[in-house]
Amino acid sequence: MGRFLNAAAIGCVVLSVSGTAWAGKDLDTVKARGQLVCGTMEGTAGFARADSQGKWVGLDVDVCRAVAATIFGDSEKVKYVPLSAQQRFTALQSGEVDMLSNNTTATLTRDTVLGLDFGAVTYYDGQGFLVNKKLGVKSAKELEGATVCVAPGTTTELNLADYFRANKMTFKPVVIEKVDEVRAAFFSGRCDVYTNDSSSLYATRAANPPPPLTPEDFVVLPEIISKEPLAPAFRHGDNQFGDIVRWSQYAMVDAEENGITSKNVDEMLKTENPSIKRLLGVTPGMGKALGVDEKWAYNIIKQVGNYGESFERNVGMGSPLKIVRGLNALWKNGGLQYAEPIR
Amino acid sequence: MTDVPAGERQQLPPPATDSGALGWLRRNLFSSWGNAITTVVLLFLLLWLVTSFLNWAVVNAVWTAPNGQACRGHGACWALIHEKYRFIFFGTFPYEQQWRPLLAVIIMIVMLVTSADRRMWNQRLLWIWGTGSFLTFLLMFGQIHIPLGLILFVALAVGGLGMLLRSTVAKPTEIAGWRTLAAIGAIGIVLRLTGVLPPWSLALAPFSYVETSLWGGLPVTLILATYGLVFAFPYGILLALGRRSNLPLIKGLCVGFIELIRGVPLISLLIMASVMLPLFLPTGMSIDKFLRALVAVIFFAGAYIAEIIRGGLQSLPKGQFEAADAMGLNYFQKTTLIILPQALRVVIPPLINTFIGFFKDTSLVLIIGIFDFLNAANQALVDPNWAGFPSEVYLFAAFVYFCFCFSMSRYSKYLEVELNKGTRR
Repeated sequence: MGRFLNAAAIGCVVLSVSGTAWAGKDLDTVKARGQLVCGTMEGTAGFARADSQGKWVGLDVDVCRAVAATIFGDSEKVKYVPLSAQQRFTALQSGEVDMLSNNTTATLTRDTVLGLDFGAVTYYDGQGFLVNKKLGVKSAKELEGATVCVAPGTTTELNLADYFRANKMTFKPVVIEKVDEVRAAFFSGRCDVYTNDSSSLYATRAANPPPPLTPEDFVVLPEIISKEPLAPAFRHGDNQFGDIVRWSQYAMVDAEENGITSKNVDEMLKTENPSIKRLLGVTPGMGKALGVDEKWAYNIIKQVGNYGESFERNVGMGSPLKIVRGLNALWKNGGLQYAEPIR
Repeated sequence: MTDVPAGERQQLPPPATDSGALGWLRRNLFSSWGNAITTVVLLFLLLWLVTSFLNWAVVNAVWTAPNGQACRGHGACWALIHEKYRFIFFGTFPYEQQWRPLLAVIIMIVMLVTSADRRMWNQRLLWIWGTGSFLTFLLMFGQIHIPLGLILFVALAVGGLGMLLRSTVAKPTEIAGWRTLAAIGAIGIVLRLTGVLPPWSLALAPFSYVETSLWGGLPVTLILATYGLVFAFPYGILLALGRRSNLPLIKGLCVGFIELIRGVPLISLLIMASVMLPLFLPTGMSIDKFLRALVAVIFFAGAYIAEIIRGGLQSLPKGQFEAADAMGLNYFQKTTLIILPQALRVVIPPLINTFIGFFKDTSLVLIIGIFDFLNAANQALVDPNWAGFPSEVYLFAAFVYFCFCFSMSRYSKYLEVELNKGTRR
């Protein structure tokens, strides 16, 4: 009996030791490498693409940069690995990339069966409808009998059919796979409506329609018929790395809420507002709790900007996409972007 | 009319309508009413096509513009290429450092062109490729670390091969040289493995390090095609010889490999290499994505080249093998001196055909997220400022591919003539 207890005790010790060794594994790897490896998309307007100089820009890219700023204090210490939709989860599971920030929709099966964890939602996407203003349609409920261009993606097509059936309307689908062809068909008037995730609808609208049409001739209808919360993903297991990803995002949203931008962040260091002082590390504690430098949030805001800045620069009014904030506005302005408090 | 002897009579030229350009026109294009009408209609159609293309591509084209919207409503938007050409050619390689891939591409082209010349087909070829490849990869990586183990392994391999291939023809001093080289390699590796020699590596670091994930554009296409085929070629020869082997195990392995690889599309092989392979490797260990793609290309091209070379081997009359045996040559000498030179000459056209095919097939790596030339061109279209001009980008890409493929096919023509001089009458 004594021997058995001994063995059990040793077993417990071994397990707990290996348990702690595993806890910070991913973060240790990242730190040892001196670089964050971030899985991105192969090129999607506004979210992740290489610009004319080969530099990665976009809303998703800014998440990677924020995480790198938290860990290293330098938002440029990121290696971007463009991944296709089939590759992305394997690449994450096999450790080829540390995290995914590539417009992945957070779902239950991905969270559980695939062994992933999701950070905070970076962009609330959803299937919508793009129409020519000439039609005079103000709502998707007025689309009775419309010709609808749709890509043969299972959920997009199904959502479309479900929505029209639920509203007792009929439609004629025009199924086209290639983006360029769908756009050509839509611009030439072969279909009245183009349905897809609203982020790609805005990209289509901005995709230089042939004259005399201009992007302003098209409008995305207010109805969103599916939920696509896009969030960064990382492996189960290293909770500290997960915390860093999540709080790097929250810091950007909190910064916007508190009116801290990349331009005024240096002046904000002198503020008396206690929550800003905590966020920027003037009052120490937050960085220590997260296991990073106290200046982590300052570095993010200084180098990447707050969530609003990133949004406007990449997909909002400062970009050709001109996506309205909508669901992605701060909770104070009627949106869903709500960061847990940093204290 | 003066009477001139028959032999000195002035020969009249044939009627102008039967000879020269006019005659040719009449014979070939206007021989009947139907043909004449067809000719005229087609000529007008051609003229219309060419002028409208030129109008679009040259006359009304926009060469510089601040963004895509300014291009709209005119002809071709070459401003897009003007804006994006560096990205299309070099992908995400650091912008200030892009002279490096440019130089690497030039070196690779020089290397390919010089080794195309038959006069270089001797030991000089080895030097050209050695220096050329070294410079190319030094420029692309920026830094190269050669571990001691690799140097020793190369010494062992070179020494061993020298001993094997030159065993019956070389002087004793040369054989001794090969033996020493192999011995140094073998002893060194043993010492390195037992830990007597330190883990030293030869470091060359003139530039900043750029990893393969940042490579893109033309250098990637050229490296994948060139080195894919350079390695696939000897590999294919070995497979072809193995398939004709009398040893059932070797034969079975070669047949199995060739049939397996030829039986699946390149895309599935690439996806296997990029998606499945990492799952089998231990966590944290990952093989470079670019290397994985290169290996997939080598396997695939090797299997195809093997089958082509087997065709060449089978076309040789049995007498050649028997004559070589009768001369007392061993298997290596027989194969390298008698069989392969003849077999390879026969299969030049299909080989170049495969090379051209693979040069273009390398663009399939886009599905595993490598920015080769075509994919980089594709990516240039993602920029919302410049979206909506696919034809310009693809025409440009097609033009560059055409330049490479057309020169390869002309070279194949030259090579056929060169190598068949002995058999022509």
